[in-house]
Amino acid sequence: MTDNRKTGKALRLLLVSLLCAIAAWLGYAVLGLSLSHVGLGQLVGANLEASGVSHPVTAVLLNFRGYDTLLEMGVLLVALLGVWSLGGMPDYDESSPGPVLDILSRLLIPMLMLVAGYLLWVGAHAPGGAFQAGSVLGAAGVLMMLAGWRLDSRFAGLLLRVVMVSGLGVFVMVSTAMLLIGNGFLEFSPPMAGELILLIEAVATMSIGATLAALFLGSRPAVGPDK
Amino acid sequence: MSGVFLYALLGVGLFVLGLYALIIHAHLLRKILAINVMGTGVFLVLVALAAGNPDAPPDPVPHAMVITGIVVAVSATALALILMLKVSVATGKNHLSDSTRD
Repeated sequence: MTDNRKTGKALRLLLVSLLCAIAAWLGYAVLGLSLSHVGLGQLVGANLEASGVSHPVTAVLLNFRGYDTLLEMGVLLVALLGVWSLGGMPDYDESSPGPVLDILSRLLIPMLMLVAGYLLWVGAHAPGGAFQAGSVLGAAGVLMMLAGWRLDSRFAGLLLRVVMVSGLGVFVMVSTAMLLIGNGFLEFSPPMAGELILLIEAVATMSIGATLAALFLGSRPAVGPDK
Repeated sequence: MSGVFLYALLGVGLFVLGLYALIIHAHLLRKILAINVMGTGVFLVLVALAAGNPDAPPDPVPHAMVITGIVVAVSATALALILMLKVSVATGKNHLSDSTRD
């Protein structure tokens, strides 16, 4: 027994020293980086005009590195499919929300929707954008579910699935349309770039919000009796 | 300039702290939390180094990567949590059993 504990202690000491070595090595690597490097910031700044938006992060996300964002929507969708196909949460008892949560959520949810719309719109020229707006919408959905709201079973079937797929779907469709009119895939160029990015971001916001709220719920919402 | 390194080293520290917790704890929820702490450390390093050059505005590319990374981390965490619940329902334990030890 004491032997076991002794080896455990020795192993833990070994682990801590190994991790200290890793930390020192990583820290040395970080400290060794030169800070005066130009990076890609100047390149982004030089091409910002052509991206259709004036905020560099949004330009990178939706235009210069569109593949990242496209695949990220894919990851969200695949995670949701995984959660749904695992059959959802085991039973847990739902307690009824207290009056504070009930009233507070009534006040907060319109506000959260407004904030999400603002973040979406402002993303073109200031920090904000589809992901921020989508997570605010998702938080509104989580709050509503905590307050005891459930999606109406009429909308839980096809409509919910269409909303969830639409973020990825519209992105792919717009990019393919760009391919057809002679640009490259995922290559948005003026004069339409700003409008296209806004369209993609608006649909992606809805989709991200719905997906995040559904990930929180953990199980497929019940579909109405007609299915 | 030293502030950049302070935050970057803090990120390295968070990463290693998360790695330690990931190895030491058997409970699956703690492992999931540890992976999230590790990811936060990486994000902190990226955001800190993006502001490295004091004469230029922060590099937007690492910022975009961090936004992408946060969303991926959230969805992976959701999937991991539901897997953990399934393991705990199926085996009655909240850690992965080691068959050589049992």
